[in-house]
Order: sequence, then structure tokens, then C-alpha cells
Amino acid sequence: MSARLAIHKLIDGRIDAGRIQAFLHGRKFPIVEGTSVTFVWMGHADSVQLRHWIFGLESSNALSRVPGTDLWYLTLEIPSNSRVEYKYEIHRGGHSGWIEDPLNPNRARDPFGANSVLQSEGYEDPTWTNHDPVTRPGAIEPFTFESKALGRRTGHLYLPARFRRSRQYPLLVVHDGSDYLKYAGMQTVLDNLIHRLEIPDMIVAFTDSPDRLQEYANDERHARYLTEELVPDLAARFPLYDQPQARCIMGASFGAVSALSTAYRYPGFWGRLLVQSGSFAFTDIGKRNRRGPLFDRVVEFVNTYRAQPKVVSERVFVSCGVYESLIYENRSMVPLLSATGMDVRFVEARDGHNWENWRDRLREGLSWLMPGPLMFIYE
Amino acid sequence: MTKSLRPAVVLLGAQRFDPSLGAAVSELGVTGRIAIITAGWQERESEDEELSAHLGDRTVNLRLHARGDALFREDPALRDAHRERQASLRHRQDFYRIRLEHELEADRVICTRTAPAEILAEQVQASLDGIRELDQWHLRLCARIRMEFEARWDLANRPSVVRHRQELAEILSGCDAVAIAGGHVATLVNRLVLFGIADLVHHHTVFAWSAGAMAISDRIVLFHDSPPQGPGASEILDAGLGLIPGVVVLPEPERRLHLDRKDRVQRLVRRFEPATCLALPARSRITWRDGVFSSAHDVLQLRPSGRALPFGVRPRRVSAS
Repeated sequence: MSARLAIHKLIDGRIDAGRIQAFLHGRKFPIVEGTSVTFVWMGHADSVQLRHWIFGLESSNALSRVPGTDLWYLTLEIPSNSRVEYKYEIHRGGHSGWIEDPLNPNRARDPFGANSVLQSEGYEDPTWTNHDPVTRPGAIEPFTFESKALGRRTGHLYLPARFRRSRQYPLLVVHDGSDYLKYAGMQTVLDNLIHRLEIPDMIVAFTDSPDRLQEYANDERHARYLTEELVPDLAARFPLYDQPQARCIMGASFGAVSALSTAYRYPGFWGRLLVQSGSFAFTDIGKRNRRGPLFDRVVEFVNTYRAQPKVVSERVFVSCGVYESLIYENRSMVPLLSATGMDVRFVEARDGHNWENWRDRLREGLSWLMPGPLMFIYE
Repeated sequence: MTKSLRPAVVLLGAQRFDPSLGAAVSELGVTGRIAIITAGWQERESEDEELSAHLGDRTVNLRLHARGDALFREDPALRDAHRERQASLRHRQDFYRIRLEHELEADRVICTRTAPAEILAEQVQASLDGIRELDQWHLRLCARIRMEFEARWDLANRPSVVRHRQELAEILSGCDAVAIAGGHVATLVNRLVLFGIADLVHHHTVFAWSAGAMAISDRIVLFHDSPPQGPGASEILDAGLGLIPGVVVLPEPERRLHLDRKDRVQRLVRRFEPATCLALPARSRITWRDGVFSSAHDVLQLRPSGRALPFGVRPRRVSAS
């Protein structure tokens, strides 16, 4: 018989302010007890909803009020090793608002603000995502680029610690570069993985787009900018290996669509491809996907690719969260990519469509696409 | 009394935190100067103060990495050709790895099948033979590429190379021993071969650890049982200097090998037999002289049974009854 949950122990007895304070004191929230997770909120409200981004569960779940108190709770079964981002929606006096969980200090930031984060049983922040004082940091510098295809572009350039002009380096091009830096801690990740010899010293171009929904949706101009303008410019200024195996392009969501469509337009140029939670919307009949007109050009591209899949790269790493609706599209993309003969690795995680999910997959993806000198260095 | 063919070669485990090199040097009674090779440290080659102090400040660093850079600056045609050859070798390594991963996967699948014992044994042996053949094929390919390069660029008589080799011979003539440190094994073996070090150390006692020990074996095996990208597959890099033939050197077993996994150990041993697979934990060492090992300290020998036993310990026969 499983042990009674903490919340049940509380509400099964006589409730008073002292017991509630004792319950709230010194405890981590949400309360994780095996796969049972209890969300708790304390305050005046007419009703409280849990808002989360787990595809497959109701996106809004009502918390129950402990009778006669301002304590609200909801217990859900959440599988081990999950990361769930959430907020509370508080209804009070005819108004409502979404707030972060005041009892949970764990936050994830994204371009829209921040969410509270539930880490279920077994999940731990990977050590390589945290600052390591013994790791030598690389250098990040902003760049601007006058593109013939797209006009002025901006981004950041990463050079590894101990960068030397006498050496040659692989190149990684990242879509939504500033977001990867800001929300996925990608400089720290690169510094750590390079320090641990798990990926090679590399030069990374973090590119940004002022209109990503347009430019990342299979836009020929964007593919041309990256492939025919940015890479040659970087190759002229930095010692880059001139081999497809040493050129990787990556992105998440629409950025993944752009990465794939860029590789598709320049087959063989980008020898390594890393796509995370790709928005690979498609239709089996008709042209309009349920996701709406924003996806029309994506659907057109993905439908074309699905009709005639071809080799666009040598190695493709695909990752997706099982709690995002795109898991269906990504799962169905994998056999298509594999059937072309490309070396494809697909990784699923119990996470959603968010930056920390994409961060957590970087080690496995990058070290598989571009292994570091770990196999070569024996101190 | 039989005269020794060449002075001893000592293989050691990692020396970084608690070196045992000094003890090995004392044991062999080396009192003269010691040439050190730290080319595996690449650009940090000259940061050898601790090593030098450990050896009583009687060292001279051959600076093979910096020497290589200088040589390539002096001889850009050779530099370009060398770079091209390295790119070609990397390509070959990639393709070899693709084949190897498929062979290993087939082996893994076959090992999980249920079949009559004699059929299973025959098929397991066949997949092992396939892997061994692939390893040999790759080694032959690397040897051919290197030989073609050396013949085409006539390294033995090319003035820019000869000058460095003569300088090195001069330095080594004043040394009793050579100590080869670990680091990047591919860089190290490249520099050792480029400067013909194998031909210059016939009369020297050689101490080599980690990547250094791998580089002087006759077959360099890259290995890691649990790299970040998933289950690891050992692979042949290339031939080494061949100072200790018939030995596969496996440094840092503490963090690279699952020695408790009998199936993995067994497969490794069978893949490279009849070579002796030696795991060299930190501070371990073993001396090789005229084809015979002696003075083993904490060295583990990987056995066909799948066990890793201290070198010299005979495996116990397990009675069937």
C-alpha cells in the first residue's frame, strides 16, 4: 500500500492556521512524492487553475480549496524525469491573472517572461548546464552583417577559450541565437562541453531574425544568407574547416524548420543538422494544417519533403518533448529522414516546448554530431 | 649471459596528480639526463615545470609540437600536404567508424538471439571475425596512406625534416632515457612519426604513460565505454611506434572502462587477441624488456574470461563440479 500523501495527512485532520503554517514551512513545492505531485497555492481567490503546457492533459486543471481555508491544492500523476513549466491562474472578483508559483523558487525564463518549473522525481539539472569555475570561458561578441538577401542582420559570435588562428575549427550556426544564449544558457553549455572534451573547440554563429515566423518558414532568402553569405564571410575571417562534417546548423521550433529547409536547399553543404522540437506541420490531405495560416509555408515545405525525402545532410539529431503537441510531427519525421540513408538519432524527453528542454538535449546532440577529443585525450 | 636487445620500456598509468614516474626511474637506475616529450599537450607543451621537477630537473624537452609548427612554417608545401593527409585519414576514420558501428550492432543483436548453442557460437565468432578483419583493414589502409605520404615527400631525405631529426639525434645522444607524456594521442603519434623518434631511441630507456604508452604500442585503440553521445565503441586509430609489440594499452580504466561488465571486457580481449590488453590505472606501471613483462604495480590484465586481474595473477580455474 502506498504511503498517504502529505496533503491528505493535512486535510484528514483538524485544520487550523498553525497546522497550515507547519505544512507550508520547510517543504519544497510542488510536493513530489513518487509520481504523485501536489501543486499548492495559498491565498484569497474564487477559484485557482493550474496552467501548464503538457500536451495530452487538460491545459487547465482546477485546484481544490481545503474547506474553511485559503489553501488550494491539486494532485496529479506526473511520470518520473519530467520537467513541467506552469503558472497559476487566479480568479478573484470577476478578474483573473496568471502568476508564477510563489512557493516554488524554480523558474525558467523565455521571451514571454518566466514560468514556474516542476521537476518530477528523478529529474536533475544537468551539471554541465551550470557555471563551472574551472572551465575557461569562450568569448562572445555581437556582430552585424549586411546581407544582400535580407539586409542588416545581427547576432553573436562565439570563439572558444584558447582560440588560435593556427588551428582549424568546425562551425555551428544557431537560429534564434540570442534566445539560445539567454534562455538555454548556451555559452555556459558550450564552455563546459568543450572543457570536458565532449565537443571540439568550435566557432559558433548565434544568428537572429527580426521576423522569424516569416524568415524561418522555408524562406529561400534566409537559407541563402546563411549558406552563401554568412559562412563564406566567416570562413574568410576565421580558420574554419572547409568540410560538410565540420558545418552544423541547428534550431528549435520554427528555427528547426529553417535549419532543415536550409540544408534541403543546399544538400551536402551542412553535414550536421540539429533540430529541436521542429514545427514540422504537414497534411495528409489538403493544404491547410490545423495550426493555422502561420504554418502554411511550413506545411508546403514539409509536405514536399515528405513526398520526396532526400539526403540533405550526413547526420541529423532530432529531439522533441513528449509533452508538446509537435511530438507527433517529429516522430513521424524520423523514419522519413532515416530512410534516405542519413544517420539519424531521435531523442524524446519528458518535457515541453521550451528552452530548458532544448538546453538539456544539447550535450547528447552536439557530442553525437560533432564528438570532441574525449576519445583522443588520455592524460 | 644474453645481451638485452634494447633497454627497458616502462608503461605507466596517469601521472597528473600523484606521479609514480620517479619511482620507476629510480628502480631502473637511470641517473643521466632524460629527454621528455610532451607533444600530446599540444600548445601547452612547454608547461613542463612540474614534470621536470619530479624528475630532478635533469630533463630536456624535445618540443616536438613546437618543432612541428616550426617545420611547417619553414616548409609550407609539406604543411599543406600533411594537412591534406590528416584530412584524408579523418575521412577514413569516419567511414571505418560507420562500418564498425554496424558490425558491433550486428554482434549485439546476434548475442541476444536464442539458437542452438553451436549455431550461436559459430555466428558470434563470425561477427567477431568480421570486426577483427575490419580493424586490420583499417590499419592496413592507414599504413598505406602514411607510406605513400612518406615516399612522396621523402621525409628521410627532405632537408627541412632532416635538419630537425639531426638536432633531435644530437639532443638524445646526451640522454639516457626518454619520457613520453600523455595528452592527445593522435597529435602525439603524428609528431613522433614525423620526427622519426622510433629510430632515435633504440638505446634509451623509455618511460611512457597514458597516451604516451598508447603511442609506443603497435596498435592504438581509442576507447570509452560511456561517452556522452551514447554507448561507446572502441576503435583503432592507427599503428603506433611499435616499441612494445602485441600489447593493447588502456589507460584511465577508472573512468573509461566498465571493468565489471564481463561481456564488454571479454569482447575487447577477444577482438584484439593474441595481443595482451593491459589496463593502466593512475600510478600503475609495468616494465617490458625483450618481450617479457616484469615489475608490475597495480596493472590489470583483461582476460578472455571477462575479468580484469592484477597482472601476473593466474586466473583461477573454476571447477565444473
